Amino acid sequence: MIPLSAYVAVSAVLFITGLLGVLIRRNFIIVLMAVEIMLNAANINLVAFSHYLESMAGQLIALFIIAIAAGEAAVGLAIIIVVFRGKISTNVDEMNLLKW
Amino acid sequence: MVTIFFAYFALVSVVAGVLTVALKNPVHCGLALLAVLLHVSGLFVLLNAEFLWAVQVIVYAGAILVLYLFVLMLLNLKTDERYFHSSYLYFVGPAVLGACYVLVLLLQSPYAGAKGDAPAAIVLQDGDTYAVGIKMFSDHLLQFEIVGIFLLGAVIGAIVLAKTPRPIEGNVRKSGR
Repeated sequence: MIPLSAYVAVSAVLFITGLLGVLIRRNFIIVLMAVEIMLNAANINLVAFSHYLESMAGQLIALFIIAIAAGEAAVGLAIIIVVFRGKISTNVDEMNLLKW
Repeated sequence: MVTIFFAYFALVSVVAGVLTVALKNPVHCGLALLAVLLHVSGLFVLLNAEFLWAVQVIVYAGAILVLYLFVLMLLNLKTDERYFHSSYLYFVGPAVLGACYVLVLLLQSPYAGAKGDAPAAIVLQDGDTYAVGIKMFSDHLLQFEIVGIFLLGAVIGAIVLAKTPRPIEGNVRKSGR
Protein backbone atom coordinates (compact mmCIF):
# COMPACT_ATOMS: atom_id res chain seq x y z
CA MET A 1 0.00 0.00 0.00
CA ILE A 2 1.48 3.30 -1.09
CA PRO A 3 1.09 6.05 1.49
CA LEU A 4 -0.75 9.21 0.56
CA SER A 5 2.32 11.29 1.33
CA ALA A 6 4.19 9.62 -1.57
CA TYR A 7 1.62 10.93 -4.05
CA VAL A 8 1.68 14.34 -2.41
CA ALA A 9 5.49 14.38 -2.61
CA VAL A 10 5.45 13.54 -6.35
CA SER A 11 2.90 16.27 -6.90
CA ALA A 12 4.97 18.79 -4.91
CA VAL A 13 8.12 18.00 -6.91
CA LEU A 14 6.26 18.33 -10.20
CA PHE A 15 4.68 21.59 -9.08
CA ILE A 16 8.03 23.11 -8.13
CA THR A 17 9.48 21.97 -11.46
CA GLY A 18 6.68 23.76 -13.27
CA LEU A 19 7.07 26.85 -11.13
CA LEU A 20 10.80 26.97 -11.89
CA GLY A 21 10.00 26.59 -15.58
CA VAL A 22 7.65 29.56 -15.47
CA LEU A 23 10.27 31.62 -13.68
CA ILE A 24 13.43 30.79 -15.63
CA ARG A 25 12.45 30.01 -19.22
CA ARG A 26 12.40 32.81 -21.77
CA ASN A 27 10.29 31.16 -24.47
CA PHE A 28 6.61 31.90 -23.99
CA ILE A 29 5.44 28.50 -25.31
CA ILE A 30 7.66 26.67 -22.82
CA VAL A 31 6.26 28.88 -20.07
CA LEU A 32 2.76 27.71 -21.03
CA MET A 33 3.97 24.08 -20.97
CA ALA A 34 5.33 24.62 -17.46
CA VAL A 35 1.90 25.93 -16.44
CA GLU A 36 0.44 22.66 -17.74
CA ILE A 37 2.90 20.74 -15.54
CA MET A 38 1.72 22.74 -12.52
CA LEU A 39 -1.93 22.00 -13.32
CA ASN A 40 -1.08 18.30 -13.62
CA ALA A 41 0.61 18.36 -10.23
CA ALA A 42 -2.56 19.82 -8.75
CA ASN A 43 -4.55 17.06 -10.45
CA ILE A 44 -2.39 14.33 -8.91
CA ASN A 45 -2.93 15.90 -5.50
CA LEU A 46 -6.70 16.12 -5.93
CA VAL A 47 -7.11 12.56 -7.20
CA ALA A 48 -4.84 11.14 -4.47
CA PHE A 49 -6.81 12.85 -1.71
CA SER A 50 -10.05 11.81 -3.41
CA HIS A 51 -8.93 8.18 -3.28
CA TYR A 52 -7.54 8.13 0.23
CA LEU A 53 -10.28 10.23 1.86
CA GLU A 54 -12.95 8.29 -0.08
CA SER A 55 -14.79 11.16 -1.70
CA MET A 56 -15.57 11.82 -5.37
CA ALA A 57 -15.29 15.61 -5.16
CA GLY A 58 -11.55 15.63 -5.85
CA GLN A 59 -11.93 13.79 -9.15
CA LEU A 60 -14.66 16.20 -10.26
CA ILE A 61 -12.46 19.20 -9.54
CA ALA A 62 -9.63 17.50 -11.43
CA LEU A 63 -11.98 17.17 -14.43
CA PHE A 64 -12.83 20.87 -14.21
CA ILE A 65 -9.11 21.67 -14.03
CA ILE A 66 -8.53 19.74 -17.26
CA ALA A 67 -11.29 21.76 -18.94
CA ILE A 68 -9.79 25.03 -17.65
CA ALA A 69 -6.36 23.91 -18.91
CA ALA A 70 -7.80 23.33 -22.38
CA GLY A 71 -9.27 26.83 -22.46
CA GLU A 72 -6.07 28.34 -21.12
CA ALA A 73 -3.97 26.57 -23.77
CA ALA A 74 -6.26 27.71 -26.59
CA VAL A 75 -6.31 31.37 -25.54
CA GLY A 76 -2.61 31.43 -24.61
CA LEU A 77 -1.53 29.99 -27.94
CA ALA A 78 -3.79 32.45 -29.79
CA ILE A 79 -2.11 35.29 -27.91
CA ILE A 80 1.30 33.85 -28.87
CA ILE A 81 0.28 33.82 -32.54
CA VAL A 82 -0.90 37.44 -32.36
CA VAL A 83 2.31 38.58 -30.67
CA PHE A 84 4.48 36.58 -33.05
CA ARG A 85 2.68 38.05 -36.07
CA GLY A 86 3.34 41.61 -35.00
CA LYS A 87 6.82 41.31 -33.62
CA ILE A 88 8.73 38.18 -34.63
CA SER A 89 9.61 36.94 -31.16
CA THR A 90 8.22 34.67 -28.47
CA ASN A 91 10.71 35.78 -25.87
CA VAL A 92 8.94 36.90 -22.71
CA ASP A 93 11.58 39.54 -22.04
CA GLU A 94 10.85 41.31 -25.31
CA MET A 95 7.08 41.44 -24.81
CA ASN A 96 6.96 44.81 -23.13
CA LEU A 97 4.58 46.61 -25.45
CA LEU A 98 2.12 47.34 -22.69
CA LYS A 99 4.72 48.19 -20.09
CA TRP A 100 4.22 51.72 -18.86
CA MET B 1 3.65 -4.86 -7.84
CA VAL B 2 1.69 -1.64 -7.30
CA THR B 3 4.74 -0.18 -5.61
CA ILE B 4 6.89 -0.92 -8.66
CA PHE B 5 4.35 0.72 -10.96
CA PHE B 6 4.07 3.73 -8.66
CA ALA B 7 7.85 4.12 -8.53
CA TYR B 8 8.07 3.90 -12.33
CA PHE B 9 5.29 6.41 -13.00
CA ALA B 10 6.48 8.83 -10.32
CA LEU B 11 10.12 8.71 -11.35
CA VAL B 12 9.49 9.05 -15.07
CA SER B 13 6.96 11.86 -14.64
CA VAL B 14 9.36 13.85 -12.46
CA VAL B 15 12.32 13.27 -14.79
CA ALA B 16 10.26 14.16 -17.86
CA GLY B 17 8.98 17.27 -16.07
CA VAL B 18 12.55 18.40 -15.43
CA LEU B 19 13.39 17.68 -19.08
CA THR B 20 10.39 19.73 -20.23
CA VAL B 21 11.74 22.71 -18.37
CA ALA B 22 15.41 22.14 -19.17
CA LEU B 23 15.59 21.02 -22.81
CA LYS B 24 16.66 23.45 -25.47
CA ASN B 25 14.60 22.61 -28.52
CA PRO B 26 10.90 23.51 -28.01
CA VAL B 27 9.74 20.40 -29.90
CA HIS B 28 11.75 18.19 -27.55
CA CYS B 29 10.12 20.04 -24.65
CA GLY B 30 6.72 19.22 -26.12
CA LEU B 31 7.58 15.53 -26.39
CA ALA B 32 8.86 15.49 -22.80
CA LEU B 33 5.55 17.09 -21.78
CA LEU B 34 3.80 14.21 -23.54
CA ALA B 35 5.78 11.76 -21.37
CA VAL B 36 4.75 13.71 -18.25
CA LEU B 37 1.07 13.62 -19.19
CA LEU B 38 1.03 9.89 -20.00
CA HIS B 39 2.81 8.92 -16.78
CA VAL B 40 0.58 11.16 -14.69
CA SER B 41 -2.37 9.34 -16.27
CA GLY B 42 -0.71 6.11 -15.10
CA LEU B 43 -0.77 7.49 -11.56
CA PHE B 44 -4.51 8.11 -12.00
CA VAL B 45 -5.02 4.43 -12.83
CA LEU B 46 -3.23 3.45 -9.65
CA LEU B 47 -5.67 5.67 -7.75
CA ASN B 48 -8.77 3.93 -9.21
CA ALA B 49 -9.63 6.91 -11.40
CA GLU B 50 -10.02 5.27 -14.82
CA PHE B 51 -12.31 7.97 -16.16
CA LEU B 52 -9.73 10.64 -15.42
CA TRP B 53 -7.12 8.43 -17.06
CA ALA B 54 -9.16 8.37 -20.26
CA VAL B 55 -9.84 12.11 -20.11
CA GLN B 56 -6.16 12.81 -19.49
CA VAL B 57 -5.05 10.73 -22.47
CA ILE B 58 -7.74 12.03 -24.84
CA VAL B 59 -7.90 15.70 -23.85
CA TYR B 60 -4.37 16.40 -22.65
CA ALA B 61 -2.18 14.11 -24.72
CA GLY B 62 -4.56 14.04 -27.67
CA ALA B 63 -5.81 17.60 -27.97
CA ILE B 64 -3.86 20.10 -25.92
CA LEU B 65 -0.43 18.71 -26.76
CA VAL B 66 -1.25 18.53 -30.48
CA LEU B 67 -2.32 22.17 -30.25
CA TYR B 68 1.06 23.05 -28.75
CA LEU B 69 2.95 21.11 -31.41
CA PHE B 70 0.92 22.72 -34.19
CA VAL B 71 1.71 26.18 -32.90
CA LEU B 72 5.39 25.23 -32.58
CA MET B 73 5.46 24.12 -36.21
CA LEU B 74 3.49 27.17 -37.30
CA LEU B 75 5.90 29.59 -35.68
CA ASN B 76 9.05 27.73 -36.81
CA LEU B 77 11.04 28.81 -33.79
CA LYS B 78 14.76 28.93 -33.85
CA THR B 79 16.44 27.85 -30.64
CA ASP B 80 18.33 30.79 -29.26
CA GLU B 81 21.58 30.43 -27.37
CA ARG B 82 20.46 31.82 -24.03
CA TYR B 83 17.23 29.99 -23.47
CA PHE B 84 17.15 30.47 -19.71
CA HIS B 85 16.38 33.75 -18.08
CA SER B 86 19.58 35.63 -17.28
CA SER B 87 19.21 35.40 -13.49
CA TYR B 88 17.94 31.83 -13.23
CA LEU B 89 20.56 30.77 -10.69
CA TYR B 90 18.89 33.03 -8.13
CA PHE B 91 15.69 30.99 -8.52
CA VAL B 92 17.07 27.44 -8.61
CA GLY B 93 18.82 27.42 -5.22
CA PRO B 94 15.95 28.70 -3.09
CA ALA B 95 13.48 26.51 -5.01
CA VAL B 96 15.46 23.33 -4.33
CA LEU B 97 15.88 24.22 -0.65
CA GLY B 98 12.20 25.04 -0.31
CA ALA B 99 11.25 21.80 -2.07
CA CYS B 100 13.40 19.74 0.31
CA TYR B 101 11.76 21.43 3.31
CA VAL B 102 8.27 20.85 1.91
CA LEU B 103 9.12 17.19 1.25
CA VAL B 104 10.32 16.67 4.82
CA LEU B 105 7.08 18.20 6.09
CA LEU B 106 4.95 16.10 3.72
CA LEU B 107 6.57 12.76 4.47
CA GLN B 108 5.88 13.03 8.21
CA SER B 109 2.27 14.16 7.96
CA PRO B 110 -0.45 11.63 8.80
CA TYR B 111 -3.32 13.08 6.64
CA ALA B 112 -6.01 11.43 8.71
CA GLY B 113 -9.18 13.32 7.91
CA ALA B 114 -12.91 12.79 7.80
CA LYS B 115 -13.82 10.11 5.26
CA GLY B 116 -16.32 10.79 2.48
CA ASP B 117 -19.12 8.61 1.16
CA ALA B 118 -17.32 6.87 -1.72
CA PRO B 119 -14.95 4.17 -0.50
CA ALA B 120 -13.06 2.11 -3.06
CA ALA B 121 -15.44 -0.87 -2.83
CA ILE B 122 -18.48 1.20 -3.81
CA VAL B 123 -16.60 2.96 -6.61
CA LEU B 124 -15.30 -0.33 -8.02
CA GLN B 125 -18.76 -1.90 -7.95
CA ASP B 126 -20.11 0.13 -10.88
CA GLY B 127 -16.88 1.64 -12.12
CA ASP B 128 -15.31 5.05 -11.74
CA THR B 129 -17.11 6.54 -14.74
CA TYR B 130 -20.50 5.73 -13.19
CA ALA B 131 -19.50 7.25 -9.84
CA VAL B 132 -18.13 10.42 -11.44
CA GLY B 133 -21.19 10.79 -13.63
CA ILE B 134 -23.68 10.35 -10.79
CA LYS B 135 -21.79 12.82 -8.62
CA MET B 136 -21.31 15.38 -11.38
CA PHE B 137 -24.87 15.43 -12.66
CA SER B 138 -26.45 15.48 -9.22
CA ASP B 139 -24.35 17.69 -6.97
CA HIS B 140 -22.16 19.65 -9.38
CA LEU B 141 -24.48 20.37 -12.30
CA LEU B 142 -24.14 24.15 -12.04
CA GLN B 143 -20.34 23.98 -12.11
CA PHE B 144 -20.57 21.69 -15.13
CA GLU B 145 -22.67 24.25 -16.98
CA ILE B 146 -20.33 27.05 -15.96
CA VAL B 147 -17.37 25.13 -17.38
CA GLY B 148 -19.31 24.66 -20.62
CA ILE B 149 -19.91 28.41 -20.90
CA PHE B 150 -16.24 29.03 -20.05
CA LEU B 151 -15.07 26.72 -22.83
CA LEU B 152 -17.41 28.41 -25.32
CA GLY B 153 -15.98 31.80 -24.36
CA ALA B 154 -12.41 30.50 -24.60
CA VAL B 155 -13.01 29.06 -28.08
CA ILE B 156 -14.61 32.28 -29.35
CA GLY B 157 -11.80 34.33 -27.81
CA ALA B 158 -9.12 32.15 -29.39
CA ILE B 159 -10.76 32.39 -32.82
CA VAL B 160 -11.12 36.17 -32.57
CA LEU B 161 -7.51 36.58 -31.42
CA ALA B 162 -5.92 34.28 -33.98
CA LYS B 163 -7.99 35.39 -36.98
CA THR B 164 -5.94 36.93 -39.77
CA PRO B 165 -6.68 40.64 -39.72
CA ARG B 166 -8.19 41.64 -43.06
CA PRO B 167 -7.40 45.10 -44.38
CA ILE B 168 -10.50 47.26 -44.43
CA GLU B 169 -11.61 48.17 -47.94
CA GLY B 170 -10.19 51.47 -49.16
CA ASN B 171 -7.99 51.70 -46.13
CA VAL B 172 -4.24 51.16 -45.97
CA ARG B 173 -4.33 50.21 -42.31
CA LYS B 174 -3.21 46.61 -42.01
CA SER B 175 -4.84 45.59 -38.75
CA GLY B 176 -8.59 45.40 -38.74
CA ARG B 177 -8.77 45.78 -34.99
